[in-house]
Amino acid sequence: MAIKIIFFARLRELSGHAELTVSLPVPTTPRAVWQHVLPDLALPEPLLVAIDQNYAQLDSPVQDGQEVAFFPPVTGG
Amino acid sequence: MHIELLDEPFQPFQRLADYQPARTDAGATAVFIGTSRDYNLGETVSALHLEHYPGMTERQLQEITAYAEQRWTVLDGLVVHRVGLLKPGEAIVLVAVWAGHRGDAFDACRFIMEELKHKAPFWKKEQLADGRQRWVEQNSTGYAG
Repeated sequence: MAIKIIFFARLRELSGHAELTVSLPVPTTPRAVWQHVLPDLALPEPLLVAIDQNYAQLDSPVQDGQEVAFFPPVTGG
Repeated sequence: MHIELLDEPFQPFQRLADYQPARTDAGATAVFIGTSRDYNLGETVSALHLEHYPGMTERQLQEITAYAEQRWTVLDGLVVHRVGLLKPGEAIVLVAVWAGHRGDAFDACRFIMEELKHKAPFWKKEQLADGRQRWVEQNSTGYAG
């Protein structure tokens, strides 16, 4: 099993990744996922996080097979 | 309520006329249309690219409209939002709410629009006239003050 990670907008450019998959011991958190993928890049502020397409917190639990997304404040409408 | 995302230009007034429910109990219709501007922060904007999170966007819009339907007495609603590349003057978003009375129509329409602005995962990137590109950092406040 694995965790799918997606970056949007400015964070895709900042991270250099659009989408990738990692294997990590679970449960993990979005914070730990970020630090695993981007150990040299501090968590940006402000930052929004979603788990399986629902808003979550940086320390919310992430299980195998879930999708974690990182993105900046939304600017639609 | 009906929700749709479009990757091609649409005519909001035509869409509204086509969708308008054939009913005789909707005494009030409130409509908001957001349009792509040719300027921002003192610079000329030649195009706008709208990115979104497929799946989560629809889910958020469904949650927002479902909440509005619980909170106000509304008869029907329509939310249309563009994605992709927009030229100045093209419609970005259309929110319409049909209700028995204006209070429910105005308030539900306003609520849906403000919630969409704060929660629906869309991001705008501006193409400036001189060739530069920049992300829109945050939406402006929705209240005139």
